[in-house]
Amino acid sequence: MTPLRISIVATIVSIVLLLVVFELIRSRRLRERYALLWLATGLVLVALSAWRGGLNTIARWLGVRSYPPAVLFAVGLLFVILVLLHYSTVISRLADQNTILAQRLALLESRVAERD
Amino acid sequence: MSADLSATEEGTAHSEAAGPLAAVRRIAVVPAFNEERNIGRLLGELKALDPDLEVVVVSDGSVDRTAEVAAEAGAHVVSLPFNLGIGGAVQTGFRFAWEGGYQLAVRLDGDGQHDPTQLRAVVAPVVGGEADLVIGSRFLSDGGYRSSAARRFGIRVLARVVSWIAHERLTDTTSGFQALNRKAIALFAADLPRDYPEVEGLVMAIRHKLRVREVPVTMREREHGSSSIGTLAAFYYMIKVLLAVFVDLFRRDVVPLDD
Repeated sequence: MTPLRISIVATIVSIVLLLVVFELIRSRRLRERYALLWLATGLVLVALSAWRGGLNTIARWLGVRSYPPAVLFAVGLLFVILVLLHYSTVISRLADQNTILAQRLALLESRVAERD
Repeated sequence: MSADLSATEEGTAHSEAAGPLAAVRRIAVVPAFNEERNIGRLLGELKALDPDLEVVVVSDGSVDRTAEVAAEAGAHVVSLPFNLGIGGAVQTGFRFAWEGGYQLAVRLDGDGQHDPTQLRAVVAPVVGGEADLVIGSRFLSDGGYRSSAARRFGIRVLARVVSWIAHERLTDTTSGFQALNRKAIALFAADLPRDYPEVEGLVMAIRHKLRVREVPVTMREREHGSSSIGTLAAFYYMIKVLLAVFVDLFRRDVVPLDD
């Protein structure tokens, strides 16, 4: 069985995560497009932390017999990897766009300079 | 259709602020992404309908000849260096309209699904001073192109939710066929949601106490190419828009609310 204390602490931490994400969206420091994965992470972690029977059942399915909260860590880690992968794609796109902007600006500057 | 748009004036001349449409500096904002085959016809129709209507085509990172075709047809052309998505493209057009001092802006999509002959009906409430933002709705009229059942269902649900927020019956919140007065141009130029500018922008306009009005229009099926939203994605789209609208209700406003 999952120790009660772990369930309580994990639930609180997950709810705090959700609240922080929501506040970041609200204050426009995080666009909701990029926040969807974080919201999903928070919701799944809240569900697994608070629903102790579910966590034990999933752990049994997966063959984790000694310590069910290990599933919580595994799921959390999986989501962190997904978020990082998502950010890598976002950064790649920003880098491409940055190149295009720099090229456009330089071309414009040279045209303006030649006109003077 | 050769009737001048200013003919609208006879019907709505009771407003003190209106003045004849001929004196109103007006512009059509046309977002276009790879629409070289559709844009020429749209611009030709607009010119035939109202020769004094200026047009700004915002080419949203198009890789075809959209910008060239639009420039040859006499439109102002703003070419974005890469694809910003519909919200960023439309807002570019509204910023152009704001900086150019236009009193009236009409948004029509570059794929030709918005029929220019219906322009008169869409601008009338703005010209008459009865509304700040007018939406052309497919669901207030009979006939015309209505898209697939899945998309219609999504559009219905969104309309219900937005109507509930607005305390006002709205039927077609995803319509991009819109007319804006200077006040609405100012708001959208300063702050227009990027992802779902039609629905989220409408909610924002209502929060800012803009007078929103729907008028019936019929839409055409696009002639060439495919729409940006597939049928299979309709449900996912609806969920994402609902989430965005929900978040918007709590979000800080860029343009302060005056009350």
